[in-house]
Amino acid sequence: MSTLSYAVSDSATMLRRSLRHMLRYLSLTLFVIGIPVIFLLLFVYVFGGTLGAGLGGPSGGRAAYVNYVVPGILLLTVAGAVQGTAISVAMDMTEGIIARFRTMAISRAAVLTGHVLASMIQTMLSLAVVIAVALLIGFRPTASPVAWIAALGVLMMIAFALIWLSVALGLVAKSVETASNTPMFLMLLPFFGSGFVPTDSLPAGLRQFAEYQPFTLVTETLRGLLLGTPIGNSAYSAIAWCGAIALVGYLWARALFNRDPVR
Amino acid sequence: MTTTPSQLAISARGLRKAFGDQIVLDGIDLNVPEGTIFSLLGPNGAGKTTMIQILSTLIAADDGEARVAGHDLARDPDAVRAAIGVTGQFSAVDNLLTGEENLILMADLHHLGRREGRHRAAALLDRFDLVEATKKTPATYSGGMRRRLDLAMTLVGDPRIIFLDEPTAGLDPRSRHTMWQIIRDLVAGGITIFLTTQYLDEADRLADRIAVLDHGKLVAEGTADELKRRVPGGHIRLQFADTAGLESAARAFGEGSRDDDALTLQVPSDGGVRSLRALLDRLDDESIAVDGLSVHTPDLDDVFFALTGHPNTEKGSVR
Ligand SMILES: Nc1ncnc2c1ncn2[C@@H]1O[C@H](COP(=O)(O)OP(=O)(O)OP(=O)(O)O)[C@@H](O)[C@H]1O
Ligand SMILES: [Mg+2]
Repeated sequence: MSTLSYAVSDSATMLRRSLRHMLRYLSLTLFVIGIPVIFLLLFVYVFGGTLGAGLGGPSGGRAAYVNYVVPGILLLTVAGAVQGTAISVAMDMTEGIIARFRTMAISRAAVLTGHVLASMIQTMLSLAVVIAVALLIGFRPTASPVAWIAALGVLMMIAFALIWLSVALGLVAKSVETASNTPMFLMLLPFFGSGFVPTDSLPAGLRQFAEYQPFTLVTETLRGLLLGTPIGNSAYSAIAWCGAIALVGYLWARALFNRDPVR
Repeated sequence: MTTTPSQLAISARGLRKAFGDQIVLDGIDLNVPEGTIFSLLGPNGAGKTTMIQILSTLIAADDGEARVAGHDLARDPDAVRAAIGVTGQFSAVDNLLTGEENLILMADLHHLGRREGRHRAAALLDRFDLVEATKKTPATYSGGMRRRLDLAMTLVGDPRIIFLDEPTAGLDPRSRHTMWQIIRDLVAGGITIFLTTQYLDEADRLADRIAVLDHGKLVAEGTADELKRRVPGGHIRLQFADTAGLESAARAFGEGSRDDDALTLQVPSDGGVRSLRALLDRLDDESIAVDGLSVHTPDLDDVFFALTGHPNTEKGSVR
C-alpha cells in the first residue's frame, strides 16, 4: 500500500475508535443532540409568540417565527456539537494511548482526522434530529430538492470549519474543563446575529458587528436556501469565512499536535 | 567492544535533555546488542522515562545522536517507530474500548487485515491470561491485567525492539514473576529489550547488562555480577534473646554494627549458601544461641551509596 492509502486506512481506524467512544460516552452525545432541541422548543413556544409578532410579516406570530428561527437553531446545533468535539479531543489527550500512537508508525494526522470525521457524523445526526423536530412543530421550508442539498452543503461547510477550530481549542486547553468552556463563545455568536431576531432591530454598534460576522452570513444563506428570502452576497462571504476558519483551525491543530507532548 | 554497529539494536552518543534549567540527561552513551536485555536502573527522577521517551521518538533530544534498529532517531523516526514497541510507565490502553477492541485497534494500525487482526488479538488474550478481559473495558481491570494488556498491545505489531518503562511497578510478587517470564520468553525469541527499573533485584534477574543512571549521568555499567562486586552492604542480621548472646557473638565476629537496644548484630556477607553455612558452623562451634537470622543482599540503596557516594534520597518521593 502507498503512504496515502495507509493514511486513509489509519484515519478510518481512528474514526471507528472515535465513534465507539461516542457510543460509550453516551451522555455527552445525547447532551449535544438534546440541547438544540430544547432551545428550539424554548424559542418557538416561550418567546415565539412575542418575537413572531415583532417580525412584522403578513402572517406573524408563532407560526412565522418557527420558520424564522430554524436557521439560527441549526447553527446553534453546530456550535453545540463542536463543543463536544473540543471536550472529547481534550479528554483524549489526557489518555496514555495518545503517547502510544505517537511511537507507532502511523500517519500523524490520523488521530485528529478520526475526531473530525466522527464529529462531522455526530453533527449531521444532531442536525437531522433538530430538523425533524422543527418539521413536526410547524417548520415549513419552501426549498426545492436542489436548494435542500445546497443548504446541507452549507451546514457541512460551517460544521467542518468549526470542528477543526474546536479540535485546536481542545488541544490548546490545559484541562478538559477549559476545553468545554472556550468554545462557548460559538454558542453565543448566533444570538449576536440574524439567527433569532432581524439585525435591524439591534442597537447601532451591535448591528454592525452582527451584519459582518460569519454566523449572520451563514444564517442568511441558509434562510435564503430554505425559505426563499434574498441571499445577496452572503453565500460568497460565508464560503470565504468557512474556508478561512477551517484553514486556521487545521494548521493550528496540526502544529499543536506535532509539538513534543508535555506531561 | 568489538561489536559492529549493525549488531547493535540501540546505540546512543552524548544524548542530552533539559527541561527549562533542569538538566535531566547530561551526555548519555550506551550500546545495546541485538537479542539482549538492557536495564537502566535509577531512582525516581533519575531520567529513566525521559531516556525511553527519547529513544522511542516521543520527544526529541536537545543534543547527541542515537540509532535504533539501524535508523537515525532524528532523521528517520518513522523507520524507528516501525521497528519498536513501547510500554510506557503510565498505562497506554484505550479506557473506553474493551480488551479485544484495544488489540484489534493495534492490529488495524499495523495494517494486518481483519482476519489476521482478530486471530492475533485472540492469541494474545489467551497468552497473557486476559480472556476474561476480552469484552470488558479497562476500568474494571486489576493493575496487573492492565499492565498485561498494555504489553500485549505493544506486541501486536511484532516489534524487534521493545522498551519497557518500569514494567513491574505496582505488581504483586506473582504478577511480577509472570511479567519476568514473559520478558524472558520474548528475548528467547530474538527480541531486544530495553527496560527501566528501580529494583536491582529485577535488573539482576533479567538483564544481560545494567546501567545505573544518577542525576543525568551513567555512573556505572556492566553485568549484574560486575555491579554487585562494587557494592558492599550484603550482610546477615543475627537476633539474640539476651545481652550475653550478643556479647559472645560480637567477640566472635567483631563489633561491626551492633545494636544493643534491638539485641542484633550485622555480619558482612555476600548472602550465599556457602557463607551462610560457615556462619552457622561458627555459631555452633562457639555455642552461641541465636534467636533469629535474616539475610540481606545489596539493594538499590547500597548500589547508590557505593556508586555515587550519596543515598538514594528521592526514593519514595511523590511527584
Ligand atoms: N515534560 C517535563 N517538563 C519538566 N520536567 C520534566 C518533564 N519530564 C520530566 N521532567 C523532570 O525530569 C526529571 C526526570 O524525569 P523522569 O520521568 O525521566 O525520571 P524517572 O527516572 O523516570 O523517574 P521515576 O522513577 O519517578 O519514573 C524529573 O525531575 C522530572 O520532574
Ligand atoms: Mg519514570
